[in-house]
Amino acid sequence: MINANARTLLEVCDLTTKVAGVEILKGMNLTVRAGEVHAIMGPNGSGKSTFAKALAGHPAYEVTGGTALFEGRNLFEMPAEERARAGLFLGFQYPVEVPGVANSQFLRLAYNTVQGARGKDELDPLEFDDFVREKMKLLEMDPAFLDRSVNEGFSGGEKKRNEILQMALLQPKLAFLDETDSGLDIDALRIVAHGVNKLLTPDNAVVLVTHYQRLLNYTVPDYVHVMDGGRIIKTGDRTLALALEERGYDWLVEAQAA
Amino acid sequence: MSTATTAFLESLLAGHSAVPAGPLGWVSALRAVALERGNALTLPTTRDEDWRFTDLSALYKLAFKPAAAAAPPAAALDLFAAPEVAARLVFVDGRYAPTLSSVLVAAGISVRDLRAALAADGDFIRARLAALADFRDDAFRAINTACLSGGAFVHARRNAVADGPIQLLFLSTQPEVATHPRVLIVAEEGSDLTVLEEYAGLADGAYLVNGVTEIAVGPAARVRHVRVQREAAGAFHIATGAVRLERDATYASVSVALGARLSRHTLNVVQAGEGVTVNLDGLALIHERQLADTHSFIDHARPHGTSRQLHKCVVGDQAHAVFNGRILVREGAQLTNSAQSSRNLLLSRRAHVDTKPQLEIFADDVKCAHGAAIGQIEADELFYLRSRGLSETAARNLLTYGFAAEIVGRIPIASVAASLRRAVLEQTQSKETA
Repeated sequence: MINANARTLLEVCDLTTKVAGVEILKGMNLTVRAGEVHAIMGPNGSGKSTFAKALAGHPAYEVTGGTALFEGRNLFEMPAEERARAGLFLGFQYPVEVPGVANSQFLRLAYNTVQGARGKDELDPLEFDDFVREKMKLLEMDPAFLDRSVNEGFSGGEKKRNEILQMALLQPKLAFLDETDSGLDIDALRIVAHGVNKLLTPDNAVVLVTHYQRLLNYTVPDYVHVMDGGRIIKTGDRTLALALEERGYDWLVEAQAA
Repeated sequence: MSTATTAFLESLLAGHSAVPAGPLGWVSALRAVALERGNALTLPTTRDEDWRFTDLSALYKLAFKPAAAAAPPAAALDLFAAPEVAARLVFVDGRYAPTLSSVLVAAGISVRDLRAALAADGDFIRARLAALADFRDDAFRAINTACLSGGAFVHARRNAVADGPIQLLFLSTQPEVATHPRVLIVAEEGSDLTVLEEYAGLADGAYLVNGVTEIAVGPAARVRHVRVQREAAGAFHIATGAVRLERDATYASVSVALGARLSRHTLNVVQAGEGVTVNLDGLALIHERQLADTHSFIDHARPHGTSRQLHKCVVGDQAHAVFNGRILVREGAQLTNSAQSSRNLLLSRRAHVDTKPQLEIFADDVKCAHGAAIGQIEADELFYLRSRGLSETAARNLLTYGFAAEIVGRIPIASVAASLRRAVLEQTQSKETA
């Protein structure tokens, strides 16, 4: 929901980054206020995922210029874990499998670490078990996923639900969901989008990085940004996503070039 | 052979005369043949291909004696006794400890001291003892056989199913002692067994455990075998497992090596019948200056066999892990399906792994895959955990724990898995640096 007076959560100015020596982001700008839902769309290779990962602090993404303030703090002076503790969340496009570590063990460690850093109470295993099962209902997840190794052998849809479960546990102020919709069938998409909607409050915000408009039918964005060549080339409301669905990206990219 | 080596060998073979030969003449004859081989064989050195990376010269400088009779350490038993077992045999410094053991002779399952079994079941054992672990080509197996006087005997008759796991616990409490544990497991057609074979040390100083375990798995029988080696820090542990499977049999083992200054586990598995399934999981978790060597050999001698092997080493400090995994698919072993993976994690710059998957295929219609990887924690894995708020150290610790715990998680005995998870946790957690 757009509220011009809402707190600014994220302010990115002129961000440039390199990956393996190649410049990917070439002057990225974005402002996100509390309560807003943004969608970042764009063709393959336009820099959408790079943007999300660079903000979350992936070591392979070298920031070469520009600034990113998260609630006024310079993100690039914070290690990845600090950003997470401060309330920035990245839902991974390809969540990593961690064989040998029970999902419950991982979730509780992450939860307690973040709670501790925020000066809040940690939960013992029994308390956490009740708490996480409640959150799992939101995503219609089978509690059996607590005992399995983190993401190991999970289907694509199960991995994405596990990502949103982590978002539900860590209660970020700003969540980037990187292609959370890809590889989901329509039922899983509905469940995931419903879960995200439930987590939205006037105090937090979400940025959906996606190829497809269909997710936006369920989680309706206030802003739709189109990226190409490492920057945003157009910003509109949700009707822009519908236009992209119908016409593809070429007309926009060409209009930009002209 | 140098004088030092001779003294070592003599000290071991002196043990031969110190232990009684047992009630049966054929055992004495077997021991005599093995003694002759033990005297004739050269002790392995790094010049032998099979021992290239495992230098035994420090062992050969030592002399060992047979164990003195020791009071059974009842308190120590609490540390290692798995509570959910159907039977337990405990050996203290190589001697059977009846007061700590619970034998089982019921419903087609027999778990008891080999000496007692020899008296009752001599002919049955005679046909099987030393039939699988060849002592003609290996000095340590020859010495073990020459010193054979007791051990563990586990026997499942046709279609018998054990009520719970069977624990064979070998405790070492005295330094400067050599013991030669012997295990014979016979699972007849259609039977089902889970055996926990565990070695633990409470002695300070050097001692030698030189074990031989033979497992005969009959047609369609299933044996799950958990082997845990947590010898004391000064120990030398050298052991052979020899497994033979008949048609449609299954053998699944999880071997964990945590202890000993130097350990070598040789595991030879023969698929002697069609349609056999073999799963081998291994973990060596070592640090300081430990050396852990695993040499496995899976012999696909018959068609339609399956084998899967995952061996992991987690190596810290200046420790050294060795893995040699040989898989042979013989001519005629068509439709064999074999997958082998050696994965290794080095925790320090001076840690060292030598790994050698070795695939030899002489059949033309088979599916075989193998691979080896040595590495450190991957950047993507670290980033994933850090993006959830974990510090770099906490993330690294969790990933290292998980790497090792994956193998521990395959142990089908809950108390053993839990105890080893704690051991893994203790050994994989480095302190926060900041």
